[in-house]
Amino acid sequence: MSSEAATQGHPKGLAHHFETFEQQKESSFLGMWLFISQELMFFGGIFAAYVNYRVLYPDAFIAGSQQLDVGIGAANTIVLLCSSFTMVYAVWVAQSGYDGRHFRRLPVLGERLADNRWQIVLGLVGTLFFGTIFLVVKYFEYGSKFAHHLVPHWDFIPPVSSIPEPETTEIFFSLYFAMTGLHGLHMVVGMGIMVFMMIPMALRGAWDTNNHNFIEGFGLYWHFVDIVWIFLFPFLYLVGESVGKIT
Amino acid sequence: MSDTTARKIDPAPEREMPKEHYLNAGHGIKSWLLTTDHKRIGVLYLISISVFFALGGIYAGLIRLELVTPEADLFQPDTYNRVFTMHAILMIFFFLVPSIPATLGNFLIPLMIGAKDVAFPKLNLASWYMYMIGACLTLFALMKGGVDTGWTFYTPFSTTYSNTYVTTVAIGIFINGFSSIFTGVNFMVTIHRMRAPGMTWFRLPLFIWSHYATSLIMVLGTPVLAITLLLVGFERMFGLGFFDPALGGDPVLFQHLFWFYSHPAVYIMILPSMGVISEIISAFTRKPIFGYHFVAYSSMGIAVIGFLVWGHHLFVSSQSMYAGLIFSFLTMIVAVPSAVKVFNWTATLFRGSIAYTTPMFYALGFLGLFTIGGLTGLMLGSMGLDIHMHDTYFVVAHFHYIMVGGALMGYLGGIHFWWPKMFGREARGFFPHMSALLVFIGFNLTFLPQFVLGYLGMPRRYHVYPEEFQVLHVLSTAGATVLAAGYALPVFYLVWSLKFGKVAGPNPWGATGLEWTAAASPPIQHNFESMPVVTEDPYVYHPPKPRKEGGAEPVPAPTA
Amino acid sequence: MLALLDLQLFPEQASTFAGKVDALYFFSLAVTAFFTLLIFAGVLFLFIKYRRKSEDEVGAPIHGSLTLEIIWSVIPFLVTMVLFAWGAQVFYVGVTTPEGAREYLATGKQWMWKFQHPEGHREINTLHVPVGETIKLTMTSEDVIHSFFVPAFRVKQDVLPGRYTQVWFEATKTGEYHLFCTEYCGAEHAQMIGTVYVMEPDEYQEWLDGGLVIASSPAASGKELFHQYACNTCHEAQGDTRRGPSLSGIAGDEVVLSGGKTRTRDDNYLRESILRPSSNLVDGYQNLMPTYQGQISEEGLGHLIAYIKGLDQDVDTTAEAEAAESGDFVSMTDSTGVSRP
Repeated sequence: MSSEAATQGHPKGLAHHFETFEQQKESSFLGMWLFISQELMFFGGIFAAYVNYRVLYPDAFIAGSQQLDVGIGAANTIVLLCSSFTMVYAVWVAQSGYDGRHFRRLPVLGERLADNRWQIVLGLVGTLFFGTIFLVVKYFEYGSKFAHHLVPHWDFIPPVSSIPEPETTEIFFSLYFAMTGLHGLHMVVGMGIMVFMMIPMALRGAWDTNNHNFIEGFGLYWHFVDIVWIFLFPFLYLVGESVGKIT
Repeated sequence: MSDTTARKIDPAPEREMPKEHYLNAGHGIKSWLLTTDHKRIGVLYLISISVFFALGGIYAGLIRLELVTPEADLFQPDTYNRVFTMHAILMIFFFLVPSIPATLGNFLIPLMIGAKDVAFPKLNLASWYMYMIGACLTLFALMKGGVDTGWTFYTPFSTTYSNTYVTTVAIGIFINGFSSIFTGVNFMVTIHRMRAPGMTWFRLPLFIWSHYATSLIMVLGTPVLAITLLLVGFERMFGLGFFDPALGGDPVLFQHLFWFYSHPAVYIMILPSMGVISEIISAFTRKPIFGYHFVAYSSMGIAVIGFLVWGHHLFVSSQSMYAGLIFSFLTMIVAVPSAVKVFNWTATLFRGSIAYTTPMFYALGFLGLFTIGGLTGLMLGSMGLDIHMHDTYFVVAHFHYIMVGGALMGYLGGIHFWWPKMFGREARGFFPHMSALLVFIGFNLTFLPQFVLGYLGMPRRYHVYPEEFQVLHVLSTAGATVLAAGYALPVFYLVWSLKFGKVAGPNPWGATGLEWTAAASPPIQHNFESMPVVTEDPYVYHPPKPRKEGGAEPVPAPTA
Repeated sequence: MLALLDLQLFPEQASTFAGKVDALYFFSLAVTAFFTLLIFAGVLFLFIKYRRKSEDEVGAPIHGSLTLEIIWSVIPFLVTMVLFAWGAQVFYVGVTTPEGAREYLATGKQWMWKFQHPEGHREINTLHVPVGETIKLTMTSEDVIHSFFVPAFRVKQDVLPGRYTQVWFEATKTGEYHLFCTEYCGAEHAQMIGTVYVMEPDEYQEWLDGGLVIASSPAASGKELFHQYACNTCHEAQGDTRRGPSLSGIAGDEVVLSGGKTRTRDDNYLRESILRPSSNLVDGYQNLMPTYQGQISEEGLGHLIAYIKGLDQDVDTTAEAEAAESGDFVSMTDSTGVSRP
């Protein structure tokens, strides 16, 4: 429907069916918040399953949790928070129209970066960078689960024997893989959107101070995915911390 | 423009189709498959869900045919199980859930609130594609051999024991879920942000209120089904253990998660239908809906409380009795707003100017059937009765009264009501009346005997049964043939009317609402020639001569 | 017409519970009929009376009435509350087994019902019970979820893998009644049916004595298993040991678990405690008992529990046995501790 975009008197960046930028912006945010609320229900379902089994088999969850490396989990939490920071930066640049003049003095790429579009790209690339680190760490974590026979169904040996229902640890690890897997999948989708849609859009100058709903909405999504991790980390890694080691 | 003269029926006998409208705004298959016009997407949905309705209907026919005799003479047990499963999956996920929202809702919501389109037109198109991908995947599974778990996918049967295409169908439904979520998000944002100047919340037609409530369930309920089916898929594909009793898994957890969506899903089916009924009754009595605010709020009440009643499916599943008590209580509470609606609709008829039209026949049929469906639902919500009735034909009859007698009657009524708006031509007369009559009679013949069967103890999902149940089964099958005729008839006259029907003009029924008073039939691509401004409440039919008696005089509309 | 077709509209009442369900059913049918007729008649009357008389006629601009709204909110609410309270009361009766029931074991599997009588008789897809006695079935499934349903008794209960559920009934009429599985369980779901034979007590006794292969009673088999698995090394019949609590007379008691929670020691408690002992560690005991998950069959588990539940009577019979040594007669079957009417 390219003909409509050129309708007389309809400003660039304002979709044909909206009257004002204000309306477009509010619609975009409300839509994004609704989308996030459905994501919340989605993860809510699996968290409900987690709570159900945690109540049924508290020992297995403590024992399972103690098999996870809290150090790596904590480090990954920080990495993910960093990615949120760079995301906020990209959004702020788009909102404020910041031209990156402070970057001019940088020896490498300094001239390039002194530009609003490249500043957005900088924020996005930073987010991608930290996101990738997170996923790479996760990859090695998954790998170590194979090494320790903790992969349900494929290669699972209950890691503990002193609790009388060691087989229920398999439920813990099933939940571990499903929850972290779905979280990782959300990150991969987000990173795909950044690489294939947002960086080209940023370079094209699709956003200005009037119209930056897309990147702002995406920012909400990215923070949501972070927050899911903020819940996953204690649920999966920390539940066994305050209790003595189960063998 | 809410101009009073626009409501008068145009006396000119010969009208002409408008020169430009959304149907000829673009030509060729590409202009349809890449359209972002909410009206065209509504039509795309109309065509696709009709196909799935027909398919689901064929399966229903096969079920009824098998049940004519107590023996298994048409199908092997395996085949029968696949047939009833596919009947349910096609009808629920690929027909009833999208039926009214995706066709009429898509078409009408922007027209009714005075917007050029829904808030996210591309997302709207994406929702249709998601629907088609999910539907095609399900069809693929069907051709490969189908699925035999019942639409409820109860574990551990679905996770461990069934060797049919459970995962494929689960993924199909999962993808289709996106279509629901996208539609819900789109409607909510559209209703919040896209209303024309002067269109306040309490000037919204009740169709909009009911769709708002529906969207709420779509957005918050569907993802729970999505994660539930994913867990089943993970368990089947990767062997992760969530519901496997051998690992200590809890099969009843699945039932809780499943019904958390699937009970509210019933309200996804019935609420839009209630919206349609409100519009039809108001239009053909030419008076405002009795207790507008109560009808509007009751939609929201049903949607919200509807989220808290899922456990009434689990009274005999070993759920704790205390949980059962709470769920039973809330189930009773949710009946109150439904009753309020029925009484308000009936009261609207009082001192109306009732036109005998096909949509009105469907609407009145809805009133009767929904009442029966709702009251029998109360019986099932009463714990003591549910012990006996659970998973019998009583349940089957009850939910068909709601889903077919309620949701489908509303859908057909709505299609007949807005057909002139959608395609610019009328489909009136003997055959449409006949279809409404046949559906009503056929429906009752089919499903009334099933209440009796259910209380006698005939369990669901049986293809063979004790001989004493045969008479009632034969009655039910006989009714189903009448019902089938009632459903087949509209296909012929509606298609015929597309070319040969009388040209409708903008407002053939003389109804209120922006879609009738401010838009052409069929509407132009951007709906309105100029932005409509709303200055009065919905459903105001000014009397030609002021009457002395009667309720409050309507406030005369200032000219816009 | 219906009589011509010899059509039955209501199922036979053959249990003490059936009448209670039916009373509620007839009440709710009356409510349904009343409101349905009200709506049908109202709609039809108004539909004819207020038909459109001329093309430009419009309806009266009536917007509503708060009084009416309140009336038709409150009346349905009260009616539903009656249905709720009455239904809850009937449900409570339905799930509360009276004292002194004859306890049967039932196992559902694809696609058959297996029953075992307190005396040890086994049946498949048939169940013989005496009339006028409270029958309690403790049920579990070997595979998927099934559901035990006897329409004539108005009882239904899902049968789940991995745990016990109970159902009880007291038949009031001799005869043969359908038994259905009502939770969809796979290909032959519709053939997972059976017959409940309700007999006069003396006929039933004859049937019991009538040459069927008699295995030992569940409790007696349980006793064998109890020794086979060496349960007695930690759980002595009388008095707690340092390793494990006594099992005598515990069934149905409240117990304090480590961590402070209290639980009723019902069948599911005993089941969990055998299969996954740490989940119900009794306060003051160490987590020593190994898990028996996967090492004991469903049937064996049922027998063990039947034995444990009878242990208090066992103590009594020990006393009786001592008395017997001094010359009194005691029947051997009673030493199994099955509660007999």
